[in-house]
Amino acid sequence: MEAFGLLLHGFAVLLTWKTLALMMVGLVLGIFVGVLPGLGGPNGVAILLPLTFTMDPTSAIVMLSCIYWGALFGGAITSILFNIPGEAWSVATTFDGYPMAQQGRAAEALTAAFTSSFIGSLVAVLLITFLAPLISSFALKFGPPEFFAVYLLTFCSFVGLGREAKHKTVISMSLGLLLAGIGMDTVSGQLRMTFGSGELLRGINFLVAVIGLFGISEILLTMEERLALRGHAAAISLRVVLSVWKELPRYWVTLLRSSVIGCWLGITPGGAIAASFMGYNLAKRFAKEPESFGKGRIEGVFAPETAAHASGTSALLPMLALGIPGSGTAAILLGGLMVWGLNPGPLLFVEHKDFVWGLIASMYLGNVVGLVLVLSTVPIFASILRVPFAAVAPMIVVSCAIGAYAIQNAMFDIWLMLLFGVVGYVFKKIGIPLAPLTLALVLGSRAEDAFRLSMIGAGGDIKVFWSNYLVGSITTLAIVLLFWPLIDKAFARLRELGRPAKRAG
Amino acid sequence: MSDTDLEIIVDDPTAPSADSPTVTSNRTADVVVSLLLLALAVTLGYDNWRTGIAWDETGPQPGYFPFYLSVILGAASVYGLGAALLSRKEALEGFVTRAQLRRVMAVFVPTFLFCLATQFLGLYVASFLLIGGFMRLVGKIALWKSLLTAFLFTAIMFVTFDVVFDVIMPKGPLEAAFGY
Repeated sequence: MEAFGLLLHGFAVLLTWKTLALMMVGLVLGIFVGVLPGLGGPNGVAILLPLTFTMDPTSAIVMLSCIYWGALFGGAITSILFNIPGEAWSVATTFDGYPMAQQGRAAEALTAAFTSSFIGSLVAVLLITFLAPLISSFALKFGPPEFFAVYLLTFCSFVGLGREAKHKTVISMSLGLLLAGIGMDTVSGQLRMTFGSGELLRGINFLVAVIGLFGISEILLTMEERLALRGHAAAISLRVVLSVWKELPRYWVTLLRSSVIGCWLGITPGGAIAASFMGYNLAKRFAKEPESFGKGRIEGVFAPETAAHASGTSALLPMLALGIPGSGTAAILLGGLMVWGLNPGPLLFVEHKDFVWGLIASMYLGNVVGLVLVLSTVPIFASILRVPFAAVAPMIVVSCAIGAYAIQNAMFDIWLMLLFGVVGYVFKKIGIPLAPLTLALVLGSRAEDAFRLSMIGAGGDIKVFWSNYLVGSITTLAIVLLFWPLIDKAFARLRELGRPAKRAG
Repeated sequence: MSDTDLEIIVDDPTAPSADSPTVTSNRTADVVVSLLLLALAVTLGYDNWRTGIAWDETGPQPGYFPFYLSVILGAASVYGLGAALLSRKEALEGFVTRAQLRRVMAVFVPTFLFCLATQFLGLYVASFLLIGGFMRLVGKIALWKSLLTAFLFTAIMFVTFDVVFDVIMPKGPLEAAFGY
């Protein structure tokens, strides 16, 4: 068990007072961000990222990932108590969580949510612990063509499997890749798409774009809605916690099913949103009395929360092993790695053992500490919602501006952030997804480098992407996924053609 | 209800009313965005073509990769334009109502002014003005509360970033007067 020994080493890295303190700070900030309207995981991580610029990478990633766990926990508080999903993946939690709160079983619902989030993440972390080192050691053999094929696979699966209109995903992705190309060309040193502007010379920083796209635009969107809310913040007593935990083994099938769905959708770019709905729907379909769902059934809280958190956590697997983020938040963490001077990719496991295993260990510890923390402090965090939005909104704007400026010490970046805020607002309203744009921005230059290096190596022959079985099958899979909707439709038509014939026969 | 239960009620008196007329439809917004993206694709595509989109002895020229991306972006925008113009019902849903737009502007305009103020007065003064002004004028919160919150938040930010974490923010005449 090599992984086990390394994991212990990770815990040793982690167990210093400084790291543990940062972990607590991260968790508290994260829950805070998760509870506040108009802020969530990716926004919180993006805004608080500048705080970590002067830390060493291990402390920085521990704090940031704890902000993320905290935000995941915090989202459940508002969905259950106030019927306000802090995040899209908490929507399914409101179906049964809010009715439970109305029946005076809020403490039970919250315990169920936090516990199942914990279980979901734990399964995903176990998966990461044992699978990530294997994948990364396999990926060490990758050359530029293989890497480009993997990038292509990521992009294509977003287009082919995404729920949004295909052309909108393509727009979002190509825009992100183009923006990533602005500035100095890394291979030839020539300037591209700068139009003589000195400010564009540096290129468009990924984090500046993210802070605008997620932070500023979210404030604009939140203001559109009615911000009134009403609910009870119930304190959770130990008795309730224990009684829910005693019930837990009865729902092991639901928990396991949701964990598996979550892990699968987290690694592929299906995302936590799809995972939470799928977890909920499957639990409903397999239940003995499906009509009792939506009226305050504890299983209806277990299923989506487990799936959402398993997916949110396992999204970090491809990021660690291959340098390809599985979600928006993972993409931002990846951006952080580059700021701290680490090169994401399979070499991370070889060159920065402390960092990787420290992060994995912090996933275990952060989830345990987070669970205890939220269970004991729900009323305090729920009362944050009393702070008027008119006070919260300008503070968030200031934090965003500080974050955007701190990355490169450029006033231009604050303006750029504002522009991306407007872009994010409009894109969200007309249904252009932001996740592909984020992903393309962070992967853009690496994908281009991989493409150019493989082209130079092969003397400009496109057949290099089919030059051996490995790269060939990845490239082919990418193209199949890109056209998946068409292929799926064709199959459906074939089946329909087959059906009347059967009936006749 | 037990003592540990606390009720939380937050009202939103200035919430946008539901019957407010829409300013523009989703279709119009779709068309405008597609046209803007198309213009961007053409501009970037032209610039890349100028840089060089061919192959030389060292491999593809710098403009090669982004040029084809601008072609893809352009094609997708044209498709989007067509889809928006041809669509019938769903796209006629409102993009934003007048009441919503007023609230969005109530955040956007102060944010814009804040960025402008940061450029000339430094971030901390701008932050004080934004928080104080926004809470007082938009949130209708008592003046002393607004100013106190603004001052405290700005002070905490200053200590956290400029003093403890050594992340230097843009400064203006006020900080200069204090010797920063």
